[in-house]
Order: sequence, then structure tokens, then C-alpha cells
Amino acid sequence: MHRTNRYFSGLLLACGLLFNAGAWAVEFIIDKGVENPIPIAIVPFSWSQATGMPPVDVATVISDDLTRSARFASMEEKNMPQQPHDFNEIQFKDWQRLGMENLVVGQLKQTDQGDYLVDFRLVDVYKGKQIAGFSIPSTQLQLRRTAHEISDIIYEKLIGVRGAFATRIVYITVIKTREGAKKYTLQVSDADGYNPQVLLDSKEPLLSPSWSPDGKKLAYVSFETKNSAVYIQDLLTGAREKVASNPGINSAPAWSPDGTRLALTLSMEGNPEIYVMHVASKQLRRMTNNAAIDTEPTWSPDGKLLAFTSDRGGGPQIYEIPADGGEPKRLTFDGNYNTRPVYSPDNKHMAVVHGDGNTYRIGLYDRASKQISILTDSHNDESPSFAPNGHMIIYTTTGARGTALAAISVDGSVHQRLALQDGEVREPAWGPFTNR
Amino acid sequence: MSIRLALFMFLALFVLGCSKETKEESATVEDHTTAATTDTGAEAHGTGDTQQGGKSALDDPNSPLAVRVIYFEYDSSEVLPQYRSVVEAHAAYLAGNPNTVITLEGHADERGSREYNLALGERRAFGVKSQMTLLGAKDNQIKTVSYGEERPALEGHDENAWSKNRRVEIRY
Repeated sequence: MHRTNRYFSGLLLACGLLFNAGAWAVEFIIDKGVENPIPIAIVPFSWSQATGMPPVDVATVISDDLTRSARFASMEEKNMPQQPHDFNEIQFKDWQRLGMENLVVGQLKQTDQGDYLVDFRLVDVYKGKQIAGFSIPSTQLQLRRTAHEISDIIYEKLIGVRGAFATRIVYITVIKTREGAKKYTLQVSDADGYNPQVLLDSKEPLLSPSWSPDGKKLAYVSFETKNSAVYIQDLLTGAREKVASNPGINSAPAWSPDGTRLALTLSMEGNPEIYVMHVASKQLRRMTNNAAIDTEPTWSPDGKLLAFTSDRGGGPQIYEIPADGGEPKRLTFDGNYNTRPVYSPDNKHMAVVHGDGNTYRIGLYDRASKQISILTDSHNDESPSFAPNGHMIIYTTTGARGTALAAISVDGSVHQRLALQDGEVREPAWGPFTNR
Repeated sequence: MSIRLALFMFLALFVLGCSKETKEESATVEDHTTAATTDTGAEAHGTGDTQQGGKSALDDPNSPLAVRVIYFEYDSSEVLPQYRSVVEAHAAYLAGNPNTVITLEGHADERGSREYNLALGERRAFGVKSQMTLLGAKDNQIKTVSYGEERPALEGHDENAWSKNRRVEIRY
């Protein structure tokens, strides 16, 4: 299977990005999908107003979401035997004849106040029964998000795990200016690449964005002071605070699951060590004490453990300590290069960068068996980040054509590439589930 | 080379009229002047630059001081033997010029994770610093900063680029 969906974003023009503004697009290429995707038909939603077009084609957004997940085969509109908008209008036999199992019908209504109401029903064609039905109030600005929330519900009903379509992704872009200088931006977009917004742009490198668990803030590293420094930025207001700017390295911020602390790497006491900062008081606690490199801390989902990279045993490997302090325990023994751990949301796995001196690939460390399986097959893959439902891992891949984002399912059955037409996009961090 | 340096030092002291440090500095200057007598006269050409504030000894392309980049092996911060003379020359210069402060910029190639590479870049800078301080430079004369893999000297995704990017840059 090899499908291409192109998402052009006009919004970036409005943001006033100075370079390549007209040529901006994120391209999703599905390299690999599941062998037997679930058949589904998303019938175009009816529109309450006699004149004009609906602001968002809700059915297409849902259909694209499900198609992009590579776990669904969405029926094309031209092959649909009818276009019902309500349960009572469905001619079940017509759909059964085509082997269609799942049907989504719906209506988009504008209210007297100018807001919107989205009605939808997910229907089991063979049982002739409704699986889910919701009526969701929305606004013009929220309509795409509402469509993603419907995708999340469909995914959950048919696959058993909440979808992660109504989430956001933060990443770093690097664009070369005409003068040959580099321009770095920190950007956030919807999980489907829409609505990219520039949160920060800089002439100096940016790296390691980390979401606060409520999805309202980001911590990241910026070299704008000619040395690494850790900042926290509020997404909505743009207000930012420099929280670590000591001599030496200030990097690798990772937010604790309860949002009160930041694990980070500082080398102010001589060499890179893991610290935990209380965000409100900025009080620091040193967690490691070793002449080796200790960096890339990450929290277990319950906040009780910290995993990190250390080369105290020779090459870099993954170690773990209790978050309230204790002796580090080495976790990885496969190969001589395992770095950049991140726990899966269910705490059963960790994604790591696994290197053999020649290739660097995303590995999945199984906490029960203590084995690493290799998920990707490129030469230089890094920065793994789990979707909040744990199904996909987004990461950076670098090859002859440059650096781009890619995503792979934890079971290896789905692989996608997310390419930016110009420049590099890297260091993705998948945001948390958020409620409106 | 050292004649230029000596002249520069004299001029600098003269202009600055820095009486406190004159004793210390003049001793340094004398050392260099002595050493300079064996050098060729070609160096004198550079003295014009020193009057404009240049650092002529450092600008001599034939001096080991002209070498400002030290390259490293993969995932290693060991200073290779071929850079010993470079490290010695810079250490000696710093020992002789206690007011000079340099920055050692540590870098890594693009392979592997960025944060680990940031630490690796720092370790490389520290490795060079520790050799220089053993050779007489003072701790407070050498600042270090790591850029990890963020500032490659050469763009590219092959060993040719990587070998040029695993480096410490010496910046005066």
C-alpha cells in the first residue's frame, strides 16, 4: 500500500513565516499498513444551511484520519450506494452487498447563535445497530478538532483503544536562508500536520521540546545565549521563562507526569548529571553522581521512576532510578549503544535509539523480557516519542534526502513518513490527550 | 612569530598603561623576545597588524597556534597524538599570556541521539581543556561550550562529513 495525502496549510501564511511561506506542506506517505484494514464508509455530512459551504468537510477529516492510521480502508464517495445522514435513512442491504461493515453518518448544523452542532452515528451494517452516537457542540475554530474527536471515538469503538487524532505535535524545523544562515523554529501543529504555528524562532539551535502533562506548556533547550539553556514557554500566551542557564550543559528537560517537576541534565558541577527541578521553586535535587555522562532523563508514566542514558559502563546504555533517589540499575544489555529512552504510556516498553556503530534505529525495549526489538530500518533514526494512546511512535529519520519525521506502530505493522517540502523537521514530541 | 607577539605585548602594555600587571607581563614579553631571536625576519611584517589590535602570533599560518580544530574518533573524547603539538602550543601561549581567555567548542557528528551528543561534545572540550591546564594554562583562561551535533562544520550524511564534525574548535 502506498498512499499519499497532501495537506497544504494556509494558516502558516497568516503566521507570517518569512521563508518558504508559499511552498509549505506536510506530506503523509503511508509506507506500510496493516494487512487487513477495517472497511469503513464515512458518508458526507449534511449541512443545515441552504446556502454556502460548511466551514469544514467533517467527513473528509474523519476519513483522512482513519486512512492515515493505516488500520482502516475508507470507502470513496463515488462508490457509496447512497448518502444517508441519519440512522433511519440507511438501506442496510445496499451496504451489506458491498461488504461494507461500518458506516458513519452525520449532520453538521449551524445554530441560531452562529455556533455549530455535529451529530454523528457509527453503525454496524451487519447487525443494523448503532455502535456510537453523539451530538457534539462546536465552534468554527473548533470544528476540525471536533472531527478529530469523532475519529478518536470511532477508533476506540472499532479497535479498542482511544484514538490520538485530536492531539498535537511539537517539533523543530531548520531552514536555510538565502544568505546560507540557518533559521530554527519551534512549532506546534495538529497531529495531522494542520494548523502549524510558530512558537519561537531563533538563529541558534533549538532542541528537546517536552510537553507539560496538561498540554499547556513546553520545556525546551535553546542556544540563544550562546550556550544551552532550558526554557519553559506557555503555548497560549507565548510567555517564556529561562529556568536553567548554568555554566556547562543545561538540557534534556522532561516534565514529571504530575506537572510539578522537571528532570534535566546539568553539568555545572563538572560533568553531565541528572537533576530534578521543582518547577515552582526552581529548587534542584541531584539524582546521579558519576564521572560518566548521565543525560536524557525520562519519567515512568506513574512518576515513580526515572530512566536515563549513561556511559558509566563503557558505552551508553539505559539505566533507571527511583524518582525519589536511589542506586541506578542498568536496563539494557543488547548491543553497545542504547540511548534516549522514553516509556510507553502503559509502562510495558521503552522506545530507545539503538546503534551498532553503523546504523541508529528505533528500538523497543520490553520491560518484561528485557529484550530490544528493532522497529525501523534506516541509517539514522532518533528522538522517539509515543502517541498518548501508545499505538504509534513518532521519530526523526535522517538520510541522503535530509531529515524528516516518520512514525511507526509499536507492532511494526504501520509505517508513515511526514515530509516537509523545504528544510528539516526533527525532534518531534507528541502531546498529551487534552480535554477541551 | 614571537617578535610580533613581543611587540604586540609591548604596545598593548604601553597603550593600556596597566601598571599593576606590568611586572608579570614584561617577564612574559622577555621570554618571547628571547625565543624570537631565532625566528626569521618575515614575522616583522605582521607588526603593522598588531597596532590595529590583531594577535599576530596567532595569525601566523605556520605556527601550531594556527591550528584551531582538533578532530576525534567516533564516540571518543581522547585527544589523538597528532594533536599533541597543537595542544602544547596553545597551552604555552595561554601560560605566557595569562590575560588571554579562550573558548573550546565541543562538537559531535550527527549519529545517535542529540542530547548524548551534547554531552559528548562537552567531554571532548573538557578533554582538551584538561590537557592544556596540565601544560600550564590556568583553569580560568579556558571556557568550554558544547554544541553537540547542532553546528556541523560540514553538511552531509557520510563519514567524510562526520569526521570533520567530531571536533573541538579553539576560539580566541
